Amino acid sequence: MTPGGWINLLLSVGFVTTLFIFCMWRVMRGSKSDADHLAHVEPHDPDQP
Amino acid sequence: MPAIKEVWSSKLGVILAVAGSAVGLGNFLRFPGLAAQYGGGAFMIAYFVSLLIIGIPICWVEWTLGRQGGRNGYHSSPGIFHSLMKNRWSKYLGIIGFIVPVMIYMYYVYIEAWCLGYAANALAGNLGPGVDFGQFFATFTGAGGDGLAIKFGLHDVGIFVLIVYVLNFFFIYRGITKGIELVCKIAMPALIGMALIILLRVLTLGTPDVSKPEQNIANGLGFMWNPAKPVVERLVDDEWTVVETIASPNLVPAYEARLATDGSERIIENSALANLANPLLWLAAAGQIFFSLSVGFGVIITYASYMKRNDDVVLSGLTATSANEFCEVALGGLITVPAAFVFLGAAGVIGQGTFGLGFNVLPEVFALMPAGRLFASVFFILLFLAAVTSSLSMLQPGIAFLEEGLAIGRKASVAILGVITGIGTLFIWNYSADLKALDTIDFWIGTVMLFIQATILVILFAWGIGMKKGWSLLHEGSEIKAPGIYRFVLKFITPTFLLTIFTLFILQNVIGWNFSFSAPLFQPTGYVTDLIGEKANPVAQRSMLFIGGMILLTVGFTAIAGRTWAKRDKTSA
Repeated sequence: MTPGGWINLLLSVGFVTTLFIFCMWRVMRGSKSDADHLAHVEPHDPDQP
Repeated sequence: MPAIKEVWSSKLGVILAVAGSAVGLGNFLRFPGLAAQYGGGAFMIAYFVSLLIIGIPICWVEWTLGRQGGRNGYHSSPGIFHSLMKNRWSKYLGIIGFIVPVMIYMYYVYIEAWCLGYAANALAGNLGPGVDFGQFFATFTGAGGDGLAIKFGLHDVGIFVLIVYVLNFFFIYRGITKGIELVCKIAMPALIGMALIILLRVLTLGTPDVSKPEQNIANGLGFMWNPAKPVVERLVDDEWTVVETIASPNLVPAYEARLATDGSERIIENSALANLANPLLWLAAAGQIFFSLSVGFGVIITYASYMKRNDDVVLSGLTATSANEFCEVALGGLITVPAAFVFLGAAGVIGQGTFGLGFNVLPEVFALMPAGRLFASVFFILLFLAAVTSSLSMLQPGIAFLEEGLAIGRKASVAILGVITGIGTLFIWNYSADLKALDTIDFWIGTVMLFIQATILVILFAWGIGMKKGWSLLHEGSEIKAPGIYRFVLKFITPTFLLTIFTLFILQNVIGWNFSFSAPLFQPTGYVTDLIGEKANPVAQRSMLFIGGMILLTVGFTAIAGRTWAKRDKTSA
């Protein structure tokens, strides 16, 4: 593994991991006040099991 | 306007469902193979550029159009196009959003059955040392001859095809929240957990065979991630041809000592920047982003249509994209190629396609690995989970279209789709020799049509609806703001880049141009010669007829749907 390889690996993996963690943190933070579980209403469909 | 029957129960649910749709075999098998083939550094630059200018923007377009279609009471691509463009022909622009997922499902479920079958055989100890994995694959999948795969033992794919069919239709019948969302909420965290366990095992492999010290994990990671690889080239017919890739720069002196003395061999190492001049590298990187994120598939647009009216799409789209990228780059990129290199060396990795890497090379790697039976089982269960979340997503656009187009209930639409996809899977299952039927449908439907659909979506958003209104729709209810530069990117850069890549793709894979201006050579590829001319393949021709039949059937369904929707429009007016 060359120094260029390490830089490539760390930048690529670091970028996608940071982006994923940031997005998940924003989603989880947002959904706390969202009370999604109360808002969901799924009307009964006689065709459904 | 029809009443909205179903919505996602949570924001996380739709994000995991879209991410589950995107994360598939390509993340763990196709991406690492391409990155290693084209030299990590240059490939990753092209890959991230493609992510920024086609991946993320097209995702946002699909999420926005889907949510807007859902607001209008439509969940299928033809219905959404009809509701957005208010034109009697517009619904036909959306038929690709039905054909693509339904036809891909026909063969994808077959590959999903391989994953489950390999997991079962790994658990049963049938994938141990001494097995001829090439022969096992040919027997299991029926690649050795037509009709050979229709058998139902543990070493055959048959029983697993039936199991995955029942599983998929059971969950799709349960609906959005109790089916798709439930599966994805369990499968996605489980998949990431399993991948992390395998990653830990791979990174602690060290040097398993002391007689081959160069085959160690550092060199394995280097083979995947080093910006450029030294290669041995040989002069053949006045052209330099790569004959061997050198695993590590440390080994160059040893290779130099072995070079032919007549000047017919040389060692070269192109820099990452020089590699970026290769159009094939851009084609591979952009194609990987495109197929990996499932853009143009018809899935995101349908999934987003089940969101609530003011649910955010900017953050949700970015989160689903980032989840896919995490699985692909941070997990797939560190597992597959380094593990294969450590046990089999560079020669074992180079030139392997997605199936070769996943079903020939990796079973051999696990057979050589300590506790390999356990890790092989975990790996193939991981692939199966990745496949099942994707295959479920391919059914929902079809269900939605049949429900709202033919005005029928879920039970009837599931039954009709079951028959249609069942016929298709049986076709692919029967014509299994060299996987010709699968390959033909994958190329013309799973590749060419995706480009066309994505281009239609972007042009509809940026030019049909208009950037001002489109941008405003994108940001309704948004929790983060998309960078303003994307107004320009979406309007000009994305369509141009998409059309350029599509043109390059056709030039390479259909017309067979050698990308040389000084000595241009056009040699139509197998996808063309299989259909016309002396070398025509009857199975490929039947596959094209089958595709034609599906297109006609979809056009017929869409015509019927048009009448239903016209009546609905009059009622609601």
